[in-house]
Amino acid sequence: MTDNDTPPIATQTDHNPLENVAWEAGVSKPDPILVAHDVTRSFGGLKAVDVDHVEIQRGLITALIGPNGAGKTTFFNLLTNFDNPDTGDRTFNGRSLNNTPAHRVANFGMVRTFQLTKALSKMTVMENMKLGATGQRGESMLAAALPFLWSRQDRAIEERAAGLLQRFKMDHMTGEFAGTLSGGQRKLLEMARALMVQPELVMLDEPMAGVNPALKQSLLDHIKGLKAEGMTVLFVEHDMDMVQEISDWVIVMAEGRIIAEGPPASISENKAVVDAYLGSHHDAPLDLGDLDD
Amino acid sequence: MDWGSIIENTVRGLIGEQAIYFALAALGLNIHFGFTGLLNFGQAVFMAAGAYGLAMTVASEEPHDLILFTIGDGNGFWLGIFMGVIVFPVILALILGIPTLRLRADYLAMVTIATAEIFRLVARTPALDDWTGSSDGLTGFASTFYDWSPFEPRQRYFFNLFQGNQMWVFIIGWITVAIVAFILWLLIRSPWGRVLKAIREDEDAARSLGKNAYAYKMQALILGGVVGAIGGTLRAIGTQSAQPDNFITDVTFFAWVAVILGGAGKVFGPIIGSMLLWATLAFADTFLREGVDAGWVPDWLITGTQVGQVRFMLVGLGLVFLAWRRPQGIFGNKEEMALDDR
Ligand SMILES: Nc1ncnc2c1ncn2[C@@H]1O[C@H](COP(=O)(O)OP(=O)(O)O)[C@@H](O)[C@H]1O
Ligand SMILES: [Mg+2]
Repeated sequence: MTDNDTPPIATQTDHNPLENVAWEAGVSKPDPILVAHDVTRSFGGLKAVDVDHVEIQRGLITALIGPNGAGKTTFFNLLTNFDNPDTGDRTFNGRSLNNTPAHRVANFGMVRTFQLTKALSKMTVMENMKLGATGQRGESMLAAALPFLWSRQDRAIEERAAGLLQRFKMDHMTGEFAGTLSGGQRKLLEMARALMVQPELVMLDEPMAGVNPALKQSLLDHIKGLKAEGMTVLFVEHDMDMVQEISDWVIVMAEGRIIAEGPPASISENKAVVDAYLGSHHDAPLDLGDLDD
Repeated sequence: MDWGSIIENTVRGLIGEQAIYFALAALGLNIHFGFTGLLNFGQAVFMAAGAYGLAMTVASEEPHDLILFTIGDGNGFWLGIFMGVIVFPVILALILGIPTLRLRADYLAMVTIATAEIFRLVARTPALDDWTGSSDGLTGFASTFYDWSPFEPRQRYFFNLFQGNQMWVFIIGWITVAIVAFILWLLIRSPWGRVLKAIREDEDAARSLGKNAYAYKMQALILGGVVGAIGGTLRAIGTQSAQPDNFITDVTFFAWVAVILGGAGKVFGPIIGSMLLWATLAFADTFLREGVDAGWVPDWLITGTQVGQVRFMLVGLGLVFLAWRRPQGIFGNKEEMALDDR
């Protein structure tokens, strides 16, 4: 091969782009893909989300952690416009998401999964996958009845889907109804389906919840694989071991607010985080790994 | 007992005009409910839109003169078809859909059932006599259709089942059903149909993958409405009248029965469902009548005038039996249905 012609590719793992970023909540980052500013959402008297400022660095794996009811899912919904904030601005790739319908957000290249898996059970695994592809000519009603307008594109999409299914080791279930899959397989399917959108940013809400340990490891590897392909990942997780293993940066939420940020190693020593998880009268060092709900 | 007439009437029910009109109404409803999950409890009003779109354009006092003035006498019928099959149902679907399709599914159900009744009652209003013919309805708009008929009106055709004009409706009707079903079959197996199925199961999943669920639901509502309106237009042509009471709530429920009998979510199910519904009604009707006349059914149980009601009770019983033994309908897939429970 012609190794000499091409300069070595500087991968992002060569040096940590967040090296010089302070370990504090709401800190600015060198190359944010997603920015939320002054985002609030109340349910009746309860302020579920109250985020002053947060930035997600491009090309990294960021974990969003926090006790149950901290507002993580609600914050996900606000970022993707599945819910409307009372106040606040969200920007993706420098483009404002305010007043953007949820489906458009996905078309911008920002795709999310759900805490309660939404595999479409009466559709086959392959149909689930093909649904994820954007820009399909055959999805317009007028073109739909004329297969020659879209069948070639459809075949290409099917090939891409088959490739992804193979990568996720689901290729033996292509023709099965998604409703027959186990909980863990559905999580995998939902993630693979999200990748059919060819997103820049993948947002996973508790991807490991209810997944057996064997599948967990492969899910972790897939998430690392997304980063290797240049995607940005933001994921919600409870299991601190998982967070330590794959994330480059951790954001901690409690009672709707961002209370801490930093590299994973810094988080378990952070006083504010310990207080949030255990109440403020706790002084022993914390092993968050024991705190899976 | 005259088995000949029982069989003749049953076959006429199976393939006759009613089966055609309601096959179309049910095909449209199946787009709404079977494929997209929209709860439309007013399919009768889409049929009415088809009937009145044609009838008002051609035969009512008010817009009539203006239309003739604009397009010339001979073209009224074709404009009427266009109004009945496209303009009226599309406008109706927009009116029904814009306020409700962003909300939970039950809002569309309420609005459709109410709109169907409102339309019927407004059409009956004497004040609108010049427009809708009020409770008498409108007639005399279908002559162009029968002018094209190759059949002798007074002669009987097809094993003596149909008179000439009926035969012409029969032919054109089934051709229409076949074309519509073929187009729907193409649509449903396309990526567009895939999005509809996704919306039926979980709208948020579809939205998270970049599909504009609202726009797709609107398209489905319009398409199913147009198909129902085609049924209504044909019915107006077949009966040569458009009358408010042809579109009572029962009409909607006949369409639902056809969908459920055939199996919701299967393209050809509603056609078979409609045929079986009308065959069963015709069979029960003739059989009971013959039975009463022959003295086999005692007078204290059913009299001749009660037969009309009793046959619906029998169809109801049949549906209960179906729901018990085969809830997915005749063509439905049991495995697919079982996935609901997971
Ligand atoms: N639709 C809703 N209506 C009322 N309260 C809600 C709603 N969604 C979330 N909440 C409340 O907001 C808080 C944050 O919930 P959530 O975002 O699901 O937390 P997390 O995902 O961090 O566990 C919880 O107290 C929850 O009960
Ligand atoms: Mg949550």
